[in-house]
Amino acid sequence: MATAEATIQTPALAAPKTGIWSWITTVDHKRIGIMYGVTALFFFFVGGLEALLIRIQLAKPENAFVSADVFNQLFTMHGTTMIFLVGMPIAVAFFNYLVPLQIGARDVAFPRLNALSYWIYLFGALFLNASFLLGAAPNVGWFGYAPLTMNEFSPGLNVDFWSIGIQILGVASIMGGVNFITTIINLRAPGMTFMRMPLFTWTTFVTSFLIITALPVLGISLFFITFDRFYGTQFFNPAAGGQSVLWQHLFWIFGHPEVYILILPAFGIVSDVIPAHTRKPLFGYAMMVYSSVLIGFIGWGVWAHHMFGTGMGPIADAFFSISTLIIAIPTGVKVFNWLATMWGGAIRFTTPMLFCIGMVAFFTFGGISGVHHGVPPASLQQTDTYYVVAHFHYVLFGGLIMGIFAGLYHWWPKLTGRFLSERLGKLNFWLFVIGMNMTFFPMHVVGLLGMPRRVFTYPAELNLGHINMIITIGGFLTALGALVFAINVIRTFRKGERTTDPNPWGAHTLEWATTTPPQVYNFANLPVVRSREPMWDHPEEMLAQTTGEPKAPIHLPPPSYWPIFTAVGVILAMALMMTGKWWPPLIGAAWVGIGIINWAYEPID
Amino acid sequence: MSSSGRKLIPALALAFVAAFATGCAAENYPQSIFDPVTDLAVRVNDLFAGVFWWTMLVLAVVWIGLVFILIRYRDRPGAQPRKIYGSNIAEILWTLGPALIVISILVPTVRTIFYTYERPENPLLVEAVGHQWWWEFRYPELGITTANQLYLPAGKPIEVRLSSSDVVHNWWVPAFGGKRYNHPVTPVVDGAPTKKDYNVLYFTVDRPGEYPGQCAEFCGTSHALMRMLVVVQEPDEFEEWVERQRAPQVGLPAEFRTAEGEAPVGMAEVLARPAEELSLEAQGYQVFVRAGCAACHTIDGTSAVGVLGPNLTNVGARWTIGAGVMSNTRENMLSWVRNAPEHKPDVKMTPFTHLSDSELDALAAYLVSLK
Amino acid sequence: MNHTAVAQGPNQHHTSTGLPMFKLGFWVFIGSETLLFGTLISTYMIYRGESVTGPFPKDIFSIPLTTFSAFVLLMSSLTMVLALAAVKRGDRKLGMRWLLTTAALGSVFLGFQAYEFTHFAAEGLTMGSNLFGSTFYLMTGFHGAHVSIGVFWLLALWLEGLRGGLGQDSAVRVEVCGLYWHFVDIVWIAIFTFVYLFEV
Repeated sequence: MATAEATIQTPALAAPKTGIWSWITTVDHKRIGIMYGVTALFFFFVGGLEALLIRIQLAKPENAFVSADVFNQLFTMHGTTMIFLVGMPIAVAFFNYLVPLQIGARDVAFPRLNALSYWIYLFGALFLNASFLLGAAPNVGWFGYAPLTMNEFSPGLNVDFWSIGIQILGVASIMGGVNFITTIINLRAPGMTFMRMPLFTWTTFVTSFLIITALPVLGISLFFITFDRFYGTQFFNPAAGGQSVLWQHLFWIFGHPEVYILILPAFGIVSDVIPAHTRKPLFGYAMMVYSSVLIGFIGWGVWAHHMFGTGMGPIADAFFSISTLIIAIPTGVKVFNWLATMWGGAIRFTTPMLFCIGMVAFFTFGGISGVHHGVPPASLQQTDTYYVVAHFHYVLFGGLIMGIFAGLYHWWPKLTGRFLSERLGKLNFWLFVIGMNMTFFPMHVVGLLGMPRRVFTYPAELNLGHINMIITIGGFLTALGALVFAINVIRTFRKGERTTDPNPWGAHTLEWATTTPPQVYNFANLPVVRSREPMWDHPEEMLAQTTGEPKAPIHLPPPSYWPIFTAVGVILAMALMMTGKWWPPLIGAAWVGIGIINWAYEPID
Repeated sequence: MSSSGRKLIPALALAFVAAFATGCAAENYPQSIFDPVTDLAVRVNDLFAGVFWWTMLVLAVVWIGLVFILIRYRDRPGAQPRKIYGSNIAEILWTLGPALIVISILVPTVRTIFYTYERPENPLLVEAVGHQWWWEFRYPELGITTANQLYLPAGKPIEVRLSSSDVVHNWWVPAFGGKRYNHPVTPVVDGAPTKKDYNVLYFTVDRPGEYPGQCAEFCGTSHALMRMLVVVQEPDEFEEWVERQRAPQVGLPAEFRTAEGEAPVGMAEVLARPAEELSLEAQGYQVFVRAGCAACHTIDGTSAVGVLGPNLTNVGARWTIGAGVMSNTRENMLSWVRNAPEHKPDVKMTPFTHLSDSELDALAAYLVSLK
Repeated sequence: MNHTAVAQGPNQHHTSTGLPMFKLGFWVFIGSETLLFGTLISTYMIYRGESVTGPFPKDIFSIPLTTFSAFVLLMSSLTMVLALAAVKRGDRKLGMRWLLTTAALGSVFLGFQAYEFTHFAAEGLTMGSNLFGSTFYLMTGFHGAHVSIGVFWLLALWLEGLRGGLGQDSAVRVEVCGLYWHFVDIVWIAIFTFVYLFEV
């Protein structure tokens, strides 16, 4: 067994591994990944609670469970939470934990920047949710169409929390994107060429490019809103010539790449999980890579399909309809490749595999309604109705969440040395399947029967009460599934089936060439990679290198408190904008400056 | 895998078809899109149906394929999967196949896109201006303004110009085939939307009827309560409605009307008339004048020309009060005027709790009499 | 054959491409900054000519003044190149001199910006006046903030030299500072062209 701690000491290896301080100052990608994961899963429950409250209100027509204003805060925060506090961070949790392991590195390119991203995310999430304490949670929808977001129509603090909170989260995301691109380009083990990288690492790569290009657009757009609200600019004031449609364009130029940011990681996960549980290599690896990259590029050219109701004119409508339908092709190619991977395999219906199957089935279903939306005249009926809500929940719950859960169940034994219970896992899965379909399938129907989105109630005359009640019940079943997952996690910590097998599922990628759980330094010696499926083609050779005796000193970055220190400064700078004066944010900026200078001159060896 | 899993997918498919086959008709579901009454709606639904079935084909291929694979290739003792890494032919086929379907969808789509922007000959022009949270409807060629309940002639092409006086709204009458956004305009002097700032919908309604709709773009607190009703009439009935709306002194109770050619009655004179001489509606008009309702409302034929709130000239004929909040009865009208924010959160109409019950009752009687 | 290819550290350590980590990461960051400025400049262009009231660009732009300040910034890029060359050669003192000069030229540019802003404000153009004011001030203000951060960075490096640092092993960090500085300069060239020269 590796005894690197005994033979080679570095400050990082000698640092304490337990206690709060060790987590606060950690720069270890595995720990940061776990922190991202725990925080994101916490907010998954918060967002889920918001959804349940929404569904209780909508279970009956003309219900008065919550007031209109509270409802508007609930649906806004549900969307904002699920996208920014769950969807993106849970993917980053996986990026963090897995990518260095998958490419044969000891950590990411910029470990302290990595920690900084996490702390900014956490503080931003707390800032955003602190708005509830003031009864002023954001209430303009997660997309905040101008000029509703102007002071004239939203005089309270709600929109300020929204615009500032999301800017904070955007900063964290961009830093993460830079980190992962640099890591993947520059820290691959010898022999790990681009076309040998696991699909999950590829999708991380493409997603990171989307993040660093799309989030800045959102950031500036929110800057405009903040300046209009606090400092009197006229960006969206119709009286001054400001155009509401400009906000829509800017927002969706961010917003469409954003949905690919959300789904690509799930694509990567199932591409790596399915081979392990069917004992067959991923079919069409190259096409899977190219289609991911193509989706990344074309994803920049479809944004206005979110705006078919805006009346952009026939040429613009036609252009975006064409680009939208074109992007369906590489997406479909992936689905066929997953099916072809399973074809001829030996499919084990483990929980991870069940979630992969669910993902393929229900993401495809969601993609279908996406194609419907891509036809502008048909979209004139569908847009702004529950048909759209149905579509994106199928791709996000059916696609993203199922993919994430596949990943959680699959990699849990590697992270923790324990298996999550298969019995509870299967219960989790079936509750999700039944609950999710019961919740979101009827939404297609109710949308086409005349129920618009974002309504706190609907009249009895529309006769939509029964269907809405079914949807609500479905929501509770889904929530039950999530509860079962939580129980599974807790139970597993206490008495889950243990393993020290490096590769309990018999998977093919490099993260399985480590001890279970991995050592802090990941690999005793960095492996020399000779194939795309190293743990199928030469497992003993890999393990001999990675879990044997370290043959050279291991350098790891030491822990540091400057990331959390600097994160406090970032939050201060942004939050102090709420004062409306120009100078308080500069205090935060100065704090950040102090943090950066100390960080820059901190000894790292 | 349990057999329940294998049964689930076909069950879902059946439910899917059943849901669409069951009566999505308008009598059961007043805001259904499945009972198209305009040329636009028929075109839109036809296009949707075509696209729908193409995508169902793709879905069937994927799901049936998936079920087959899961059954046929489940793990068995001694199973030795062959290491197959890919197939160029397969990639070509499942790229070309969907591409062909995409092209088949795009051709009728592009045609229909252009159709939705084509202006018909001599349409009746209606301006639908969104406000938080009510609809203003103007007929510029006819010189009529009304609110929340839109009257249209059947069988004649209509052009609806969509704009907003505040935030973004979205005008949707499902039976008519679609919706487009109401964007706020940069105001010009006479208040009419400038050419580049409004959206348009063109359609001809084939048959008379009452068609409900509502705002579909989140526009603030009471977005869900911003509804409308479109009353489509035979052309001659519509002409009668137009004439009634344009009749001089249409909103004035009979007791205050003056003969043609005479000067209209002044405010002081209205208020000076003793209540005992007047009908309840006329007393209600006095309350209307005293309470300052004209600051926000217009009633044609009277001196009330306020434009902050809905035009009330035919408020008594509307299907609801407050753009869909309550049914239109005298009691509800009283309740609305006394405290509108109680019924519609954040509505801009202030409460009138300082008016006595009898004043409110008279006022309500007057308002519901305005047809 | 074992490589302790390790994360962390801008200078040392084995990398897949041979490119220093800090430099590669910074190029990626510059990519995102391009979108940032791109959004600001695009919004300016979209709203060009849409202001309902004045003042308008033709009324208050001084092309001669702005040409000169652009030239100053351009020259500062030259001095930055010279600073890097000196540091790479191991000439600490010369490196420090050129870094200080770059910072000084950058500050002159900022001085011109400050003058321009106050002059415009006196002429009635504030960021709240109209669309032109809003888009102009945000775009050039954002750029000015970037220049200011750059000046601080240059001075920090100069201080490092004062303390005996700034040896050849710091060349990558100076190069990255240069990268940032040149980027900020190029953004100004874009702004100068699309915003000022387009009004001529």
